[in-house]
Amino acid sequence: MRLSRGIVALALFFVAMAAAPLFLGDYPLAILILVLFAAYLGQAWNIMMGFAGLLSLGHALYYGLGAYLSAALFAHYGISPWLGMLAGIAAAVATGSAVGALSFRFRVGGVYFALLTIAFSEFTRILFDHLHWFGSSSGLFLPVTGRAGADLVSLRGPTVMFYYLLLAATAAVLLLSRILLDRRIGYYWRAIREDEEAAQASGIDVFRYKLAAVALSAGLTAIAGVFHAFYYNNLYPETIFAMGRSIELMLPAIIGGLGTLFGPILGAFVLVGISEGLTSLTAGLGIDGLKQLLYGLVLGLVVTLQPGGLWPWIALRLGLRGAMR
Amino acid sequence: MLYLNIILAGLLTGAVYALMAFGLSVIYGVIRIVNFAHGEMMVIGMFAAFALYRWLHLDPIAAMPLVAAVLFLAGYALQRSLINRFVTQPEPIQFLLMIALAMVLTSTMLIVFGPNAHNVQLDYAFDSYEVGGLLFDKVRVFAAAGALVGAALLWGFFQFTRTGKAIRACADNNLGAQVVGLDVARLYGITFGLGVACVGAAGSLMLLLVDVQPYLATDYTLLAFIIVILGGLGRIGGALLGGLLVGVSEALSGFFIDPSMKSMFSYGLLILVLLLRPQGLLGRRA
Repeated sequence: MRLSRGIVALALFFVAMAAAPLFLGDYPLAILILVLFAAYLGQAWNIMMGFAGLLSLGHALYYGLGAYLSAALFAHYGISPWLGMLAGIAAAVATGSAVGALSFRFRVGGVYFALLTIAFSEFTRILFDHLHWFGSSSGLFLPVTGRAGADLVSLRGPTVMFYYLLLAATAAVLLLSRILLDRRIGYYWRAIREDEEAAQASGIDVFRYKLAAVALSAGLTAIAGVFHAFYYNNLYPETIFAMGRSIELMLPAIIGGLGTLFGPILGAFVLVGISEGLTSLTAGLGIDGLKQLLYGLVLGLVVTLQPGGLWPWIALRLGLRGAMR
Repeated sequence: MLYLNIILAGLLTGAVYALMAFGLSVIYGVIRIVNFAHGEMMVIGMFAAFALYRWLHLDPIAAMPLVAAVLFLAGYALQRSLINRFVTQPEPIQFLLMIALAMVLTSTMLIVFGPNAHNVQLDYAFDSYEVGGLLFDKVRVFAAAGALVGAALLWGFFQFTRTGKAIRACADNNLGAQVVGLDVARLYGITFGLGVACVGAAGSLMLLLVDVQPYLATDYTLLAFIIVILGGLGRIGGALLGGLLVGVSEALSGFFIDPSMKSMFSYGLLILVLLLRPQGLLGRRA
């Protein structure tokens, strides 16, 4: 295999990311964790929208199922988050498949499908507000045992432990996407994205492959939810299942470039960078809403200037071709 | 009798919801852009009416035409200068633009008016009419009447004026409209302006019924989606039916079960309708 510039750059990037904790304190590391969350989630969402052309505006649903199931099992019975993660993935895959199966069977497509995903996620948010086993609207909390020792089995540990877990997850989801795109399923997805009727006419089982995209994307999203629960230790339906989370989660992929492999990672760095930069810029001014205003303006500017996303534009200038784009 | 009164209050509120959803429906029906900043525009209408009340002591009902006119111009300018470039972009890109717009609008309102709730004190706020044992809250009656007048005017515009007919032609067959020489960009601008005027008018009326604060916006956006999908996206009669349905469903579930669960029932209704009749109650199959 010929080592292209892109592969070398990617390897260097992950080496640099792996070495980062040696040089960084807890605060910069916490910001990099935000970047990794965003990159991972952006890629997980991208599998549905970028690869198969299915617009989900309600991914907070799957994120929340992962977070809440693993956290509740741990808080109530002391069950290891890794087992909880399996439960969360199972619930998210089942819910995603149900949403997908119902929509695709009843031919709910396009904008209607997107709005249906919002409806399911908002429905669940209000439902969790009233479920006492999950702490209802007053929140579900995990016991904080100090961040001294790293206990991988029950995910109790310092920031750096979560950093490496998320870095591994981000690398894994990137690799998985790369592999899937090269396989039959990846070509089927892109065929469906470009022209569903033509794909159907060529004998692709459209229903099945669309369902696979939803299930995979939902399951991967639930994993990030588990990390969220054990990293932050507190869960409220208002924030976990919020419409705002679904939006935040898809921004890296859209800003970075829909359907690209590196777009979500680039988008994550850009978005977290803008957000943190604006926070420090506006912190001293004491004007509520100023940061949000500037963030909205920057987002609007980026999407007006580069509607196709930042990565395709950069990749073109770096002379990267084919797979790297 | 209590049930009837609750249903009645729901129907009257639902009429204002319908005017709000009208705006969304008109914009989507013609331009095919889902206005994810719709709730933000609703809240702008509310704040505009509130500002007129505070500075000029104008009743929100009297403020309604003024607010609608100003928002029409703003909507027209916004569509011509910015949104029109995104008409041919994929849905997620349009979505991102509207979300960015929504952020800018909400935070601007937050900066100007602050996070606290504001309301108007009207001397008829607690009056009501009694007809055959039924209680009609005066503010609700006025708000609903205003909404129905607004909706009727819009319907008349699309039905009887040349511009209205031209806009419907664009919606039916965009290419055909261009071929016969219609200025589609201008018509899109007018349509977006009308949609924003509608939601702004609904906002002025809504100020009679609820307190205004910037964070209401997301809820109104979602509410407008529910309503137009219930009735059928792009169908004007559908928005009316959906608005009334949601108004009644909210009023009943808020009273009998738990006010905090009222929108869950609206979402449940939406999921049912989407699955059983994806084109909406009054919609036609594409």
